[in-house]
Amino acid sequence: MTSLVELLTYLSVSLSSLSMAELKLLGSWPSPFSYRVIWALKLKGIPYEYIEEDLSNKSPLLLQHSPVYKKIPVLLHAGKPICESMIILEYIEEFWPQIPLLPFDPFQRAIARFWVKFADDKIPAMWIVYRSSGKEQEKAMKDTVEMLRVIEEHALGSKKFFGGEEIGMVDIAFGQIAEWLGVIEEIVGVKLLEDHTFPRLHAWILNFKEVPVIRDNLPDHHEMFVFFKRRRELLLSSSQDQ
Amino acid sequence: MANTSSTHDVKVLGAWPSPFVIRARIALNIKSVEYEFLAETPGSKSQLLLQSNPVHKKIPVLIHRGKPIAESLIIVQYIDEVWSSGPSILPSDPYDRAIARFWAAYVDDKFFPSMSLIKSEQGEKKAALVKQVTEGLVLLEEAFQKSSKGKAFFGGDRIGYLDVAFGSMLGWLRATEKMGEVKLLDEAKTPGLVQWAESFCADGAVKGLIPETEKLVEFAKLLAARMKGRGSS
Repeated sequence: MTSLVELLTYLSVSLSSLSMAELKLLGSWPSPFSYRVIWALKLKGIPYEYIEEDLSNKSPLLLQHSPVYKKIPVLLHAGKPICESMIILEYIEEFWPQIPLLPFDPFQRAIARFWVKFADDKIPAMWIVYRSSGKEQEKAMKDTVEMLRVIEEHALGSKKFFGGEEIGMVDIAFGQIAEWLGVIEEIVGVKLLEDHTFPRLHAWILNFKEVPVIRDNLPDHHEMFVFFKRRRELLLSSSQDQ
Repeated sequence: MANTSSTHDVKVLGAWPSPFVIRARIALNIKSVEYEFLAETPGSKSQLLLQSNPVHKKIPVLIHRGKPIAESLIIVQYIDEVWSSGPSILPSDPYDRAIARFWAAYVDDKFFPSMSLIKSEQGEKKAALVKQVTEGLVLLEEAFQKSSKGKAFFGGDRIGYLDVAFGSMLGWLRATEKMGEVKLLDEAKTPGLVQWAESFCADGAVKGLIPETEKLVEFAKLLAARMKGRGSS
């Protein structure tokens, strides 16, 4: 016969694992889009279960819950899937309003959303630098530098983060510039984000990576280098000559 | 505190053919907000536009009490949040909002770009685009059935965010069908959407904003001729 203490322990463990099981994140460790969701959940202190997806062998769970794009991240909340990282972040923001990531004022929110959209529209250029060569890569490098220039001139003021003194959704949206861009630059052998050309961005990257949740939730730099370098070799050897 | 702003408080910089501009205007109509429409001259960009949207230099821009907001779907969300006493545009449930946002983004990222190319393509390329678009419409039909729950619109009884995002495209969809000599919205494959399209265009907030097919066809021809005249750039 189990003691009362054992019974209560069993119940509390079951209940907490139930509420944790309510929120699942399908992600992939090298993916910056995965990290956007991790950062948002951790900044808000929301517990979740992380499920690592092997993107070379997509699970039935992923294919079932992301039928249109078949991509991570996918957030499963009580079994209901939400896809697309920034849409997931808006959902998290609405469901768990503590530690707000968006401004309260509608106009400031519109500005924040503008830069989130800008990030999603322009960031692909840096990944084209990563996976292409020749003329296509040259154009992508120009586009990436132009993106950085616009951020430097228009998006970043004199405050610590994009929205002010606290980290927010726009910082999370641009997060890959703080870490993944550096990996791409190393692998490809270019410097696109020169510290002296982009002093505000340079300062922001330092501030961003000093935030404990960010600092403690970044993939290992060396592991990323190895992973992305290998993948790039495969991509370039299998692609046709441009 | 609805609708007591003077007309000068709210301006929309835009042009009649743009589906993105139409979104902003429908949203303001839903909230019964009067506004001044400042039409951009085709082929040139006004000082006001360049000042208000220096990053993209694109329409639409909403100017509210002198402050500019750019990007059509962001404008729609802003309108919904500011004129909160009017009928809601986004669904109230966070999960429904996520679904609406997903499909609105799909319209912008996948549907519209493919559809826009059909009129200027031929042969295999055109066939591939038509296939993409019709498959996309089948996905949107499914989304419509789930979202509408038997009612007339994606938003239910009244038009909402996804109705505005997708419905704004209907003028160009019909013009593309005419110019490309293809049937995209098909009664057999997407019966719900066919019905929805009619209801949407007849809605009070939408009436008069979706341009006539002939006018868009004429406009497209003019644009193509102007591009040719400029040569490749």
